Amino acid sequence: MKFLTTNFLKCSVKGCDNSNLNFPLRYVRENCQLEQDESIEFNPEFLLRIIDRVDWQAVVSVASDLGNTELPPNKPEFEENLTDEDMVILRDLHTLLIQTNIVEGQMQCKNCEHIYYIKNSIPNLLLPPHLA
Amino acid sequence: MARKRYLLFMVQVHLNFRLAELESLADLHGVDVDFSSYSVDSPFMIVTLENDKQASDWIRRSVLTRAIYEYWGEGNTYESLHKSVQAHPEFEQYKSANERKSFKFEFEKFGGNAKQDISTRVTTIESFQYLELKGPIKMKNPDEVFTVIEEYKAISENIGGEVPEKIYFGRLIQLSDRARGALEKYDLKKRPYKGTTSFEAELSLVSANIAQVKPAHIMYDPFVGTGSFLVAGGHYGALVLGSDIDGRMIRGKGQQTIKANFKYYKESIQFLDVMTMDFTHNALRKDFVIDTILCDPPYGIRESIKVLGAKDPERFAGKEDVEINGQKAYLLRDYIPTKKPYSLDSLLDDLLDYASQRLPINGRLAFWMPTANDENVATIIPLHSNLELKYNCVQDFNKWSRRLLVYINRGHEFNGPNNSGLSRTGNFRDRYFSGFN
Repeated sequence: MKFLTTNFLKCSVKGCDNSNLNFPLRYVRENCQLEQDESIEFNPEFLLRIIDRVDWQAVVSVASDLGNTELPPNKPEFEENLTDEDMVILRDLHTLLIQTNIVEGQMQCKNCEHIYYIKNSIPNLLLPPHLA
Repeated sequence: MARKRYLLFMVQVHLNFRLAELESLADLHGVDVDFSSYSVDSPFMIVTLENDKQASDWIRRSVLTRAIYEYWGEGNTYESLHKSVQAHPEFEQYKSANERKSFKFEFEKFGGNAKQDISTRVTTIESFQYLELKGPIKMKNPDEVFTVIEEYKAISENIGGEVPEKIYFGRLIQLSDRARGALEKYDLKKRPYKGTTSFEAELSLVSANIAQVKPAHIMYDPFVGTGSFLVAGGHYGALVLGSDIDGRMIRGKGQQTIKANFKYYKESIQFLDVMTMDFTHNALRKDFVIDTILCDPPYGIRESIKVLGAKDPERFAGKEDVEINGQKAYLLRDYIPTKKPYSLDSLLDDLLDYASQRLPINGRLAFWMPTANDENVATIIPLHSNLELKYNCVQDFNKWSRRLLVYINRGHEFNGPNNSGLSRTGNFRDRYFSGFN
């Protein structure tokens, strides 16, 4: 599961939708096995469009869960003509959002504390009957 | 602005989908096309457009056409074709614009089986001398390709005509996705990971076009299976995401996975993720905009319809307290939640409802729905008050058919008809297995 996907996943328990704690899920660093997939090519235009969709606070929060506390508090903004400096930032974001994979790990809802697993890079968001 | 005439050369297959594809691609690229001369029986249509770029934008992604040409002329014989070309109001302008360019001639035909030998072709090419092309002939990557298209009337279904009934001549503007090899590239036979529910390349690409999948936008398939629609969406540049309640399909086997398909197609950047999830217990955050939803929901033939929950709740009462080695069983890594049967009608209601909440205004939902042909019962198409049913394209099989339903999200003000909660699809599965008798 790509780091980027952590930005789209909330808890599947319907009752947690009434809480603002159900997104993002909490990732426990010790339980998460990360892998870099360097074969995915860097495409700044594509990435810019994707960054538009990203909830930056959640990026910062999950990155910090996983041990990266270097991110700026506010979403970087880019002018139409990308400078060299922009490209450096975009490359870093490509490495983080697109190339970083959580291969094995756990995600926990901060509201109901249900634990979801990531196995072989695939997150499993199914629920037991008493939570469904 | 002066508009120019173009010749569109289409294919005579999936005719219930062809106009929908052409309209959707024109709309997607903001190209204003007058379809009044469109005929389902003809592979040709002459249209006027503002410029070559419009023609190119419109047809580049198309699967149910071959190409679009700048229209130079037509005739029932070569003699009348040459007259028509020279009488074209833009003839002098076209001639001088191409005078110095490198070029080659191509021959296309429709409905004929007459094989032309090279000397006949050379003679034909020489008959165009009046074009006064002075540029070099280049067989590889010429600046311009001049194309002669011969239309034959087939003698019977299997026997092509011998003499062309009509001949068109034009300058190639854009080959379609089909003519550039998309069907060969995505042929299921060559796909590393596929399954019994994989959807064939041609109609999955057509579906993605009618659904207006857009580059660098999000496409979601909530019943992803082996990922056929993700492949189609990725081909058109979307960032694709899928989920399925059945984890076995999305896991694949060893090296054969959905992700590996993207690697094989060299389109890894288009693939976001697939996840094991019950669509009706959705984990995608509510403010995450999904631009397009494209899917083939399970309809109970090769896969049963299930959602999370206990079929017999009494049997599961208190199970949440079961512990294994001091740990809640349902919180263990290898816990497998129980599932219960669900009806196709409810699932489709949920799908329309979800689309109305998640799609942006004018975003499209497209999905396939099976119907039996055996009864004199009108097929009821699911409707939602926020969604405009834009297309209902039928693919007919012998005793049943399936249709691509395409909806556009128009928002709350649309106030369209709603038939949620109605039993529509009946017992398609039972009728399928009883041979529709």
